[in-house]
Formats: sequence, C-alpha cells, structure tokens
Amino acid sequence: MSVVRVLFSYLIFPGFVFTAVVGLFLTWIDRKVTARIHWRVGPPWYQPYADFLKLLLKETIIPEGSSKILFLMGPILGLVAMSIFAVMVFSMNLNPEGTFVGDLIVMVYLLAIPPLGLMIGGSASKNPLASVGVSREMTQYFAYELPFLITIAAIILKAGGSVRFGDIIMAQQANGPFLYSISGVIGAIVILLSTQAKLGFVPFDIPEAEQEIMAGPYIEYSGVALAMFRVVRAMMLFLLPLFLISVLWGGFSSWWVILKFLLIVVLIILIKNTNPRIRIDQSLRFFWLGIGVLSVIGLVLAVYGL
Amino acid sequence: MANAKLWGLKKSPWVFHVAAASCNNCDIEILDVLTPRWDVERFGIVLVGSPRHADALLITGVLNRKSLPRVLRVYEQTSKPCLVIGVGTCTCDNHMFAPSYNVVGPYDKHIPVDVYIPGCPPKPEAIISGVVKALKRL
Repeated sequence: MSVVRVLFSYLIFPGFVFTAVVGLFLTWIDRKVTARIHWRVGPPWYQPYADFLKLLLKETIIPEGSSKILFLMGPILGLVAMSIFAVMVFSMNLNPEGTFVGDLIVMVYLLAIPPLGLMIGGSASKNPLASVGVSREMTQYFAYELPFLITIAAIILKAGGSVRFGDIIMAQQANGPFLYSISGVIGAIVILLSTQAKLGFVPFDIPEAEQEIMAGPYIEYSGVALAMFRVVRAMMLFLLPLFLISVLWGGFSSWWVILKFLLIVVLIILIKNTNPRIRIDQSLRFFWLGIGVLSVIGLVLAVYGL
Repeated sequence: MANAKLWGLKKSPWVFHVAAASCNNCDIEILDVLTPRWDVERFGIVLVGSPRHADALLITGVLNRKSLPRVLRVYEQTSKPCLVIGVGTCTCDNHMFAPSYNVVGPYDKHIPVDVYIPGCPPKPEAIISGVVKALKRL
C-alpha cells in the first residue's frame, strides 16, 4: 500500500505527470504573453502538448562517436531531480508538520542537477557549438549559484537556524512571511534573478543563445531526448516560482498562492521580453559584484533581524 | 497512434532554413513570414537553429555542384519524418541559371521534395499556402 502511495506521489501527483502538464501549460502562457508583447496572435493553448507529442514520436538520433549512455543520461537526470523536487515542495507545503524530512540543502542540490545534466549531455554530444554552450552554462552556473546560496543562508537564519523546509514554512505562518522585511525583499530580488538564469530566459540565455550558437547544448538532441529536456524546463518554470513563494512569501497558506504565483511568472516573462541578452562576462560581473553584494547585505540584515 | 502522430506533426512543424546558395531574396521573404505581420507561430511553426530539431526543411537557391553535398548532409542530419519544401523558382526549374555548367538541380533529382513554391521571390502568403499544402499531403 505505502509503496503504491510513494510511487503515485513521485510519478503522478505531485510528481512527474502533474508538474509536467501544468508546466507545459505555463510555457504556453509564456509564449502567448510574449506574442501579445510583440503585437502578434500567438500559438493556441494546446501548442506545447502538440510539440511534446510530435517530439515523442520522432526519430532520436545519437551522434556518431558520442557516448550513448552519457548522451541520454543528461535529460533523464534533470527529469528525475525535478520530479523529486516537486514532491518535496508539495508535501512540505501541504503538510508542514509532517514527518517527511524535506531538507532545504537537499532541495538546493536537486536544483543543481538539471544544469549538470545539460552539461553532461551537451559535452557528450561531440559538437563544437554544444561545447561552447556547455562552457557558458558552467560559468553561468557559478555566477548565479553564489548569490542564491547566500540568500538561502539568510533565509535559514531568519527561520531560526532550521534547515527543514517545513520549519521555514511554519515560521512564516506563525510570524508572517519573510518577504515583509528589508532582507526579505533583497532575498526575493536575488532569487527572482537566479530563477531567471536557472530557467535560461533572456537576459541570461547565454548558454543557448540561438542567434550565435544555435541551441547550445541542445543542438544535437532530437526526438524523445529533446522532449525530455523541454519537459524539464517546463517543470522548472512551474516549480521555481513555487519555491520562491515557499521560502519567502508564506507557502501555500491560502488560495492567494495562485495569484502570487501568476504574479511571479508574469514578472519573469516581462523581464524576459524587455531585456537584451548580455555577454557571459557581463553576466558573471552582474551576479558576483552586483547581486552578490546585494545578497551579502541581505545576509547581514538578516543577522540583525531586519 | 498514427492519428496522434499526424496531429502532432501537423500542429507543430518546426522549420529549419537551408540557404543553399540563393540570392537572399527568398531568405528575406521567409524571415518576413516570421514577423508579427504574418505570425506563423499561430500554426505552431517555429524557426529552429539545428536540423536535428527540424520537421521541415525550407530550402532556397539553385542547386549546384558545391551546394549539393551540403544539402544532402543537412537532409541526412534531420530527424525523420521530415518535410522538404523548396522556396523560389530556382528550386523548381533552376530559373535563369538552367544553362549553367555548374547547376545539378532541380532538387527532386537528389532528395524527395514535398512542395515547390514558385516565385522570384514568392510572397509571404504564397510561402504560408505552400506550407499548408505540404501539411495537407501528410
């Protein structure tokens, strides 16, 4: 019985299937809002599902001379990590006092796996443009992860030193969301911009810059493997704003969470559509010297309880 | 299952643009199709940067001895099933380059072509109608 329940929670709700379906719908919202900003009509609502179905039924080509296992491992790693992440976010939000040990540090590690899978798959694909994309992805990863981790440290401090995800949500439900303080606002800015970079959206889509290096690490992927990568991105678009709400904006305390979620998603899409792509060195400088210093200020303020 | 496959392919044809030594007019018209004025993303058509992602190859230009091996290679790199659409009169009958010693076209001597779109260059409306005809043939 409990095995069935565990499998259900990882594969159907709130794990893989639910997150993927909602995430693909969000990619439609992204494309539609982008189209409206361009003064276009945009694709119909079933577009991401049609794309997914088509990719599933197309030929999957593995480039000659590349490692088959590593090449196919890239998307699977991301998919597994995001399914586990979905279960952790939902089970801790729906039942914060539960015995499920949702550790914030484990969640940060799970968030690091999709870019890692992309790096593995991209470098296994034996394509020069993919190598350029992978090297940029690595640099970008080191750029956004530093301020993100400093902010996570500030959040742990504000929650009274507990790294349990449920404790962080309960601390917010008892004393009000962390967002309503100076260090909370700084943390939200930092996590929002890291989310932008984790999703690979403009202005931080340097690894897959389609005008210069085509699709970067994705260039050799086709068929099922490409469909999996797209689903991983869609799941991240669903889960990362939820993660931001959980750690800073009070978790799923009421139905307001849906409005908060849509607000964050639309903000991300607006940032995406109103900015040009920056260079990789500019991105590194922005995240370490700009956002990094801001996140350290947030940490210091959190120590003093502001 | 076959119906689902067909539906997916019809509703989201991703296009890879193969510029095989054309004079660039057809390429400019193809880019016009993607602008907000004609907005082919309504039909799920997206321009992709890699032939691995593509469902349709939009080929422009007259086929000559230099471009033939490149076109064949791009066709082999594309994941199947894929459509091949020739844009411009050059792809149909070599146009004014037909007497040249260097021309080996038209394309269907070498790769299976689904639809030819005549015009020098074809209007964006003609390109869209050609793609629709190619999708109806599926």
